[in-house]
Amino acid sequence: MANLNYLSITEAHQLLSTKQVSAKELTQFYIDKIRRLNPKLRAVLVVCEAQALEQAQQTDKKLANGLSIGMLEGIPYTAKDMFMTRGVQTTAGSKILENYTPPYSASVIQKLDTAGAIMIAKVNQDEFAHGGSTENSSYHATHNPWDLDRVPGGSSGGSAASVAADFGIFSLGTDTGGSIRQPASYCGVTGFKPTYGVVSRYGVVAMASSFDCVGPVARSAQDAQIVFEIIAGKDPRDSTTIELSTASQGLSRINAIFYDAEAAGRQVSSAVSELNSDIVSIKIGNDLTAFGSTELALAAYYVLVSSEISSNLERYDGVRYGSSAKDADDLIQTYFKTRGEFFGPEVKRRNIIGTYALSAGYYDAYYKKAMQARTIIKKSLDKIFEHNDIILTPTTLGGAFKLGSITDPVEMYQTDLLTVFANLAGIPAISIPFGIELSSGMPLGLQIMGKQGNDLQVLNVANYLQTITNWHTKVSELKL
Amino acid sequence: MAKLTVDEIQAVAKLARIQLQDNELASVSEEVSSILDFVMAINEVDTARVVPTSQVTGITNVWREDEVHKCKIAPKDLLSEAPDFQDGCIKVKKVL
Repeated sequence: MANLNYLSITEAHQLLSTKQVSAKELTQFYIDKIRRLNPKLRAVLVVCEAQALEQAQQTDKKLANGLSIGMLEGIPYTAKDMFMTRGVQTTAGSKILENYTPPYSASVIQKLDTAGAIMIAKVNQDEFAHGGSTENSSYHATHNPWDLDRVPGGSSGGSAASVAADFGIFSLGTDTGGSIRQPASYCGVTGFKPTYGVVSRYGVVAMASSFDCVGPVARSAQDAQIVFEIIAGKDPRDSTTIELSTASQGLSRINAIFYDAEAAGRQVSSAVSELNSDIVSIKIGNDLTAFGSTELALAAYYVLVSSEISSNLERYDGVRYGSSAKDADDLIQTYFKTRGEFFGPEVKRRNIIGTYALSAGYYDAYYKKAMQARTIIKKSLDKIFEHNDIILTPTTLGGAFKLGSITDPVEMYQTDLLTVFANLAGIPAISIPFGIELSSGMPLGLQIMGKQGNDLQVLNVANYLQTITNWHTKVSELKL
Repeated sequence: MAKLTVDEIQAVAKLARIQLQDNELASVSEEVSSILDFVMAINEVDTARVVPTSQVTGITNVWREDEVHKCKIAPKDLLSEAPDFQDGCIKVKKVL
């Protein structure tokens, strides 16, 4: 049989189409690999073996009948546990949804299903996506495939680790402040956050509704684009959705500007200058102050996100679905005890911050002020985009940190420092692998941001950079 | 420093319908205070006459025809997710 390790979507499609491997063999290969290696990595929460093999059989039937198959048909993938998956547990990493099995699937899962992609596993995440390391999962922490003592990042840590460890060919994640890009950077894979509203969130557990985006984690920008084009588009069941702009976003004389940030930036910086070409001209910007203050952005982000979280999490009441406290005497106690018992520490903190920020007398000082700060941040980015098509930055300030090394919530928030801008402004952004941190040997990422609606341009630039560099082909050499 | 006392934390937790154990109160009060300190950075900027942003792509009202859409999910499947149910209804503890 052909070598099935670290296949790209197009390579796997080629093998399936030419019958060098059957969809069943490919699916079984991934499931076996998960069973063998996941005990060390702990990226996966549940394997969907029966459903996956049944789906694979359908693809094989089509092939046996001489029919052609679509690009994603028979391609095994993993999904963050934020997505409703009919008949398969959906916990959002929380004990409050421990035994929840949704009776329907998210629109994006349905679209992938229709395209023939095969979901083989649900993967770990920070509880309700609150975190940057996946250590806030109520089930267990996930390890980084490059170094098992380090975090995979978060909150889509299971998605990034599962792609980096080749537990699936791609993964579906969510990004509210960097939750696709930061773990992608930490795990040496490619992660794309689309323009706000381009991908439906129907059936996705809500975190902060004015920020949440769905996107792919993959081995390359090319693979990310294949998945993105399937899941993008207006959805009548999500009124915030907009059509993906397909206006020409080709690669002709792209103007990009790179902004450095602290230690990791310097290493990324010298590599970035070497990429300057007629196709993508790269200027080096002075420093991040062009964005406005990073502290301001992060502060505004956490006020708004915590507020929206406290509102969205009201639905977990121990009455309609999910876990419920057993020892409550009356209805109000059901609420208090269920939420006290089954929410984890970070979820409680954010709920309390958000409730405080929205409470009478504090609304103007926190929520409204933060929404105004959001306007200022967005305008400072718009200003940079007047003269540039693309903004480049390091994705994070450094490589993945050690498990258990960050215990202060505020310090954990700082890991989103460079990624929250794209969510505040609703713009598309991708992280691609871009070097190795000398001190730790861990992967670093380059973040590529574009104007709202220019998703394909961002993907094209990322793809172009991946044709002239080979960082995305590096895989963890760790023997698991 | 925006220090929230244990009593203030209790009051907010009550609004959020979250029961905090006595052993959680001190740490939550400390952590929440330090987070509030950190977010005070929003006061760095002058926001007089700045329009707040709540919807980033500029979509305003989204309408559709007021017609009933068919739902493929059977009521019994939805109901079976409830922690307690009886005779086609969700069952809750006494209200009063």
